[in-house]
Formats: sequence, structure tokens, C-alpha cells
Amino acid sequence: MNKLKDSSGSNLVVITVIGPDRVGIIAGVTSVLADKGVNILDINQTVMQGYFVMVLMADMNKSAVDLVALKDLLVKKGEDLQVRIDVQHEDVFKYMHRI
Amino acid sequence: MLTIEEVLETIKMVQEENLDIRTITMGISLRDCSDSDHRSACRKIYDKVTRLAGSLVETGDGIAREYGLPIVNKRISVTPIALVAEASAVDNYIEYAKALDKAAAEVGVNFIGGFSALVHKGFTGGDSRLIESIPHALSSTERVCASVNVATSRAGINMDAINLISRVIKETAALTAGQDSVGCAKLVVFANVPEDNPFMAGAFHGIGEPDCVINTGVSGPGVVKSAIKRAGSADLGALSETIKKTAFKITRMGELVGRTAAERLGVPFGIVDVSLAPTPAVGDSVAEILEEMGLERCGAPGSTAALALLNDAVKKGGAMASSYVGGLSGAFIPVSEDAGMITAVNDGALTFEKLEAMTAVCSVGLDMIAIPGDTPVETIAAIIADEMAIGVFNHKTTAVRIIPATGKKVGDQVEFGGLLGRAPIMAVNKFSAEKFVRRGGRIPAPIHSLRN
Repeated sequence: MNKLKDSSGSNLVVITVIGPDRVGIIAGVTSVLADKGVNILDINQTVMQGYFVMVLMADMNKSAVDLVALKDLLVKKGEDLQVRIDVQHEDVFKYMHRI
Repeated sequence: MLTIEEVLETIKMVQEENLDIRTITMGISLRDCSDSDHRSACRKIYDKVTRLAGSLVETGDGIAREYGLPIVNKRISVTPIALVAEASAVDNYIEYAKALDKAAAEVGVNFIGGFSALVHKGFTGGDSRLIESIPHALSSTERVCASVNVATSRAGINMDAINLISRVIKETAALTAGQDSVGCAKLVVFANVPEDNPFMAGAFHGIGEPDCVINTGVSGPGVVKSAIKRAGSADLGALSETIKKTAFKITRMGELVGRTAAERLGVPFGIVDVSLAPTPAVGDSVAEILEEMGLERCGAPGSTAALALLNDAVKKGGAMASSYVGGLSGAFIPVSEDAGMITAVNDGALTFEKLEAMTAVCSVGLDMIAIPGDTPVETIAAIIADEMAIGVFNHKTTAVRIIPATGKKVGDQVEFGGLLGRAPIMAVNKFSAEKFVRRGGRIPAPIHSLRN
């Protein structure tokens, strides 16, 4: 089931974090990524209408886990931090917004 | 690099506006399963379907998780069974339906389409036996869907077939009376049926298709509605532009998921069906799009024009997003499956006749409409003939999926549950067309069919 990670194409994923702002969100999310060998390429963070919004682009080439397992870990982390975390393959966004 | 706005737009579409991939449908040819012994044919059918579609559901679920896009249904369409079963010497094809049902259950799909016959010009023995088998086939199976093509723009309208299928619809309603005549929700009568439609109940695997193929159907009425809301008081040209852009984005998702699924399953990718398919969920409604465009209620004067604009813009946006757009592609206006349609009927805004007018500019036809159980067979035949005429004379697909709910009358409601939803019983014109439909025969193809 580790198809995205094994495929020869891109292994970039987009991680989005949305929720009420609080101390430790970035630290919490990035520690999971560092722990599993997921390399962060770009972080974009803003506060919109009082909500903390962060979008991370990460490379899973050297990841110790596959996308689905990483997603499970981050969703759990999101529950601890009381924010919503999504992990999606980059293709979803590229297909929708780039011709 | 992607911008934060683009990422959030996509996330919002899925989380708040019900963007989903409505179906991944695997088309499977059963032409190599014919056998003079029907037991052996049924065994071959079961074996082939379970072999090819064995990992369809698992693959679909995997893609849904990795892309963070819900894939609501995984389904199968097969070669019209009339063609496959014809070689066997049996009186009815109910065993074939049961074999399909068993295979569908084994691989975990909720519907399998293709208990079908193409009789727009006439019947073979197999066609007649299949159509006569439909009531028992649908009442004794759970997942099998049936369809019959009775008209094309090239061949005209086969009134004899319409008369036969109208009787079959009534029988199916009676046999499934205990479940609000749900059998009729799995039976579609077509004009100009597409051979690569991934949507149920009218899906089958056409004779020009490869051995196995993946087709996808997208959805997203909620996304379109939100986009229209954001457009504010834009004029109709600008509104069309907004819908086009939204349809493009939705279709790209269908293309991505379809291509990925096809690659992982090792079969060719067929088409994306660019359709706005509503569900009974609030906010996932085509009627609400029309209302957002400025109608007080769906069915009000202006509904046909608004639907025409919507349907056309969806196609134009979709055509840019995928090289292979096919199937039905357009806006669906089923009554029972669309919360806004149900409200419009209950409020008296949407009548049967207005729906018929709207079908002239939408992608399918009179869909999931419940009518009184005592509606005469001849009236059902005349309703179908009208709808087929709209399709044949306008060179488009039209269909009728009508439920003459046994024992129900206007004011009652039928409840199917799940994606099939619920529907108020709609009033039908009481005047008779009996003498007209009983003439039988075939309405000739229109003059503009002579194109060569």
C-alpha cells in the first residue's frame, strides 16, 4: 500500500493545519515530520479571522513511513493540539490549479 | 510553488462544499462469457468480474486517503446481458442477474449495471427474454441495475419497446411494493444511451469498449453553488465564466483520480463524466444552484434558462480539463436524490411538466420521479415517449427513471434511503394517450439524422 512513496514520480505532500491559535502547534507538527525523516521544503503560515492556518510542503523521499501512515500520525497529533491537520499528495493541488 | 490561497481553496471545496468523486466505475466486457449452458456462463461471469474488480474497492479507498478526496462509490458496469445471455437456452435471465449480484457483493461494490438491452430498432430473442426478466431480476437482487435503450436519433423511437418496458416498470413496482417500489429506482429507459456512462442506474459497458476500463464520475453541486454565491450580482455572462472555471477544477480531480486508479489497477483509463450529481445532503443540490442564480424556487419560470446556462458552462469547463470527457456529462436533476428538488415539489413550485421542459437542456431526463401507483401503463408509456422524443429530436441523451409507487397517491412519499433518497408522489396529467401509444410501431428518425 506504499504506492506514492515507491512511485518514481514526485513524493511531495501538502500538510495543512487549521485551528485556533495556541503555543506549540508548529513545534508539534514539525517534530512528527523530523521523527519520520520527512523533509520540510516550505512553510507558509498566517492567521485568518483568528484561526491559525499553516501550509507545509514536504518531501517524503526519505520518509520512514508512507503517506497514509504519516496522515494517521498527524491526525492524531492534531487531536492533541486541537487543530485539524490534513495530508494530501501534491498532485491534488497541482492538477486543480496548474495547467 | 502553490500559494496558500490555492491550497485552502481546495481544502474548502472538500471540507465545506462536498466536493467528491462520485464514482469510480470499472467497465468489464462479458462478451467472452457467453455459453450455451447458462450455468457455465454465469460461472464465467462471476469469475471474470471478481478477478478484474477484486481490488477495485481497496484501490479506490487507498487513493481517497492519499489525495484526501472522498470517493463515494466504487461500481461495475458490464456488457449488456442480453448480448451475453442470448446464446444460452433458458427462458429467463434471472440467474444471470443473481450471478452479477453475487459478484458485486463479493468485491464489495454497491451497484453493478448492465442488466440491459438495446432495442431501439427491434428485439432479438435475447432482448425480449432479458426485458421480461427485469421485474424478477430486480426484486430478487440487491445491487443489480437494469437499463433499456428504446430510441436513438438514427433509428427513431421504438414504441413497441416503450409499451413493453412500461408494463415491466409496473410489474417491478408491484414486486418491490414492500420497499416503496424501489426496484424501479434501478431501472432506466434511455434514448441515445452513452456506452461509457459511469453513473448508476444506467451504466453498462458498451460494445465498442475495451475488455476492461476505468471511468470516473465527478460531482460537486455545492462547490458550484458557493462559487455563484461569491460572484454576487455578476451578470449572466460572468456567471457562466465562474461556473466554467469551477467545473474545470472539479473535472481535474476526476481526471487525476481516474488516471491514478487505472494505472494502479493495470487497465486503460476511459473517460471522466463531468456531471453535477446531487445527493440528498443539504448543500449538495442542483436545485439550490438554480436558486442561488436568482430563482425563488427551482421550477419557477426561468428554471429552464438557468439550467441551460449551468449545463452548458459545466460542459465547457469540463471539456478543457480532460481530453476524454464522456458518459452523460451535464447537470442531473433527479427529484428524490436532491433536497432542493424535493422542497420545490413540496412547495408546489416544481411540477411534472416543468421538469419535462428542464430535461430538454439537462444531461439526462425524468429521473427518480415518484408518481401514483395507479397510473395506467399507457400513461407511463406516453411519458416515456415524450421524453424519448426530446432526446431523439435534439440529438441528446434522455432517460426516464420513474417510480409508479404501488399503493401510493399524491401527497404520499416514498423513502428509499441512502443515495437514492426520498420523493413526494407527483401528480400526473389524467388525460389518456392510450389510443396513441397502442398504435405501436416505430416513430421514424428525424430528418436531421440523414447526415451522411
